[in-house]
Amino acid sequence: MKPLLSIRGLVKRYGGLTVTDHVDLDILPGEVHAIIGPNGAGKTTLISQIVGEVTSDAGSIALGDRPIDSLDVAQRARAGIGRSYQITSVIPRFTVLENVILAVQGCRGHAYRFWTPVVKTLALTSRADEIIALLGLSSRRDDPAASLSYGQQRQLEMAMALALEPQVLLLDEPMAGMGHGETSHMVDLLLRLKGRYGILLIEHDMDAVFRLADRISVLFYGKVIYCGDPAAVKDNPQVREAYLGDEEVPE
Amino acid sequence: MSPELLFIQALNGLQFGVLLFLMAAGLTLVFGIMSFINLAHGSLYMFGAYFAAAAYQATGSFLVSVGAGFCGVFVLGALIDRCGFFVLHRRDHLDQVLATFGVVLFSNEVARMIWGASPIFMELPESMADSISLFGLSYPAYRILIIAVGLVVAVGLYLLIERTRIGMLIRAGASNRSMVAALGVNIGWLNTFIFALGAGLAGLAGAMVGPILSVQPGMGDPILITTLVVIVIGGIGSIRGAFLGALVVGVVDTLGRTVMPFVLRQSLDPETANTVGPALSSLAVYVLMAVILALKPDGLFPVKKR
Amino acid sequence: MNSMTHTHGGQTLLGMGKGRLRVAVTVVLTGLFLLVPVYAGVAGDSYSLILFGRVLVFALAAVGLNFALGYGGMVSLGHAMYLGLGAYTVAILSHHGVNSGVVHLLAVGAVTAVLAVPVGFIALRTQGIAFIMITLAFAQMLFFVFVGLKQYGGDEGLTIAELSGFGALTANKTALYLSMMVALGLALALLRRVVASRFGLVLRATRINERRVRAVGTSPLGYRLVGYVMSAELCAVAGYFLANLTAFASPAYMAWTVSGELIVMVLLGGTGTLVGPVVGAAVFLLLEEGLKALTDHWMAIMGPVIVLIVLFLKDGLWGLLGDGESGKGGH
Repeated sequence: MKPLLSIRGLVKRYGGLTVTDHVDLDILPGEVHAIIGPNGAGKTTLISQIVGEVTSDAGSIALGDRPIDSLDVAQRARAGIGRSYQITSVIPRFTVLENVILAVQGCRGHAYRFWTPVVKTLALTSRADEIIALLGLSSRRDDPAASLSYGQQRQLEMAMALALEPQVLLLDEPMAGMGHGETSHMVDLLLRLKGRYGILLIEHDMDAVFRLADRISVLFYGKVIYCGDPAAVKDNPQVREAYLGDEEVPE
Repeated sequence: MSPELLFIQALNGLQFGVLLFLMAAGLTLVFGIMSFINLAHGSLYMFGAYFAAAAYQATGSFLVSVGAGFCGVFVLGALIDRCGFFVLHRRDHLDQVLATFGVVLFSNEVARMIWGASPIFMELPESMADSISLFGLSYPAYRILIIAVGLVVAVGLYLLIERTRIGMLIRAGASNRSMVAALGVNIGWLNTFIFALGAGLAGLAGAMVGPILSVQPGMGDPILITTLVVIVIGGIGSIRGAFLGALVVGVVDTLGRTVMPFVLRQSLDPETANTVGPALSSLAVYVLMAVILALKPDGLFPVKKR
Repeated sequence: MNSMTHTHGGQTLLGMGKGRLRVAVTVVLTGLFLLVPVYAGVAGDSYSLILFGRVLVFALAAVGLNFALGYGGMVSLGHAMYLGLGAYTVAILSHHGVNSGVVHLLAVGAVTAVLAVPVGFIALRTQGIAFIMITLAFAQMLFFVFVGLKQYGGDEGLTIAELSGFGALTANKTALYLSMMVALGLALALLRRVVASRFGLVLRATRINERRVRAVGTSPLGYRLVGYVMSAELCAVAGYFLANLTAFASPAYMAWTVSGELIVMVLLGGTGTLVGPVVGAAVFLLLEEGLKALTDHWMAIMGPVIVLIVLFLKDGLWGLLGDGESGKGGH
């Protein structure tokens, strides 16, 4: 199968430190590709490079057949790369609806419309409401994001990533800081979404990773030291030594 | 325009640039270490000039007056940092700008209340009143002295930053503030020292210009804004950038004011040249700033933050 | 920004619904402003018309600045430049015998755009403190340009012999005052719409989380630039009124201290609130007037007052009347 997103020889150095060390990675249509690795392995840097927030020192990234190395963050997002942030990054003063509309309008042409109130723009609100419903946030639609519970904010974070109608979804620890119930809620949601997007999942919760992932890559000091199916990962001695030993360490 | 005149003007530019460096060094250091922007830096320059003028009137000694400018403002800087400005270090830049703007208004008025609204003229020290011969051209000795003092300060700052323990902390602090705190250094006193040092240099600049400019309330405002241009061009937080930026701005500004009207008179009819000349001659620095920022938004020597 | 502390739809400190209290204050303020020309006519006190006219001018300018600063997060320390530019456009046109008020207004709009677009474009390449400094530097540049233009009065300024012509209403102080009130009202109504529009949503979002705006596929620069230019235009219109109010244009209108005072007015009234800057301008100028009556050295009091405002009145006076409306846009 032809990959949705393919990364070849990606490098990022900070001073003498190589944070991303010649990483090759594919995301196939419909798959959940998880990246695991100890803290400081360079997972978030890798995502930042894919979305264009961090410029790479070498390597290339292609979305389908199209190289996206020369695109800026906004262009890559419009091209179909959606992401959620590890640290919740919704707009606290905006309502849930306004937050989601902000993301919906990003892929709907320019926003140089000065007169019609945005919350009365049906083309935007109807799509936003769908996504809000999908995430189960309808009852909080008109409340400021700041008033949501932590778990709900994480869901809103996810809603904003989905609202972009991406081809590839980069999820940076979607379960970070969530309670047990909230985590299983999120896993259920991701299971429902699975197949619609190519998903790159960074996550520390190993139960969630093994339930969701079709493939797992192990990142260790910037290098992909292993890539394979979940069952094999558990048995790989190199991986066990590098990572599974400190599984419990929260980030 | 003769090459001799051009050379003289270039020296004047260098002298202005050196003064700008004395101003910019403190401002950019303070910003680099504390992320604190102090518009009242121009007021410190003004107080330096007034302190120097007062000391000169009292003692008649030029050396004492310059010392008073530097030391007086050094102490003043330490005091205001300890007694109030430290509160602002934690606030956002908008708050810092506005609060120190309030301090500028206050300082200008206080200067007016103490020393009056009319300018005070300081005499040149007798030994410096003459011109000296430089490559066959005569140039005021005092301006040479200013250039020399500025270069000495630049070298001194370089040594301080590159060769001493305090300098090591300053460099570390500029790129990683929490690390310095983790080393067990009392950040508060380090901050105050740097702030006071920057203030003292502004005071020194004020003291040095006393004899060539008029000392009056509000004299710090124009040079403050030019200094801001310098540190934006140089890269905010970079001493090296401040030095080069200051020299470039000093020379470009001076030549812009002298060469531009001359060029205009050559290329336009006299009447047009006389009308637009004065308006355009002050533009050179801002055009320079616009061009540099269009090419390098972070300035010539951007400081890498981690 | 401590945006997390805002409760929603809460009660104000006076126990009134926040909307209602603010509406009440707005109505009372409007009434007071309307009473000024009546009082001026009855008491023959034309100074009050000039004083409150100044309040309206700076209210309009502060409302304009607040659009960039409070909604767009662009801390411009150079907006007095546009105030002065608007005033000089009127003065210079009038100097050359062009007296039509309509032409004056159109010229103010056009000239401002010609300056604000490149200035905004260059300044917006930088962020944070550098943006503050660069806007300040550009304002200073224009200041020196007008100081250097000797044929237009240089640093002494230019007296306007013929004010902007509107037929029989030309140079009628009361008409000018009322037209300023209308302009301010229109500006507020317009901004209220724009803030809640699709454009306004993006602009407000760039202030709070620019990174997120990029991540959802929107490049902030264009929105910022449009917001900056709109803000500049409002300040320039305020300058048009200032020129007509004082029959004078001076480089002093664009002194850097005026830019600073404009920001103080915005902050004092309430950053990112619609009506706040009007309140801020009124309180600031009336306080200044009072201090001037008290002592020649009023700046020695005003300076510390500004410091206190910054330290202790972060939400502004309008903010005291209820919760921040900035995230919601409009009321």
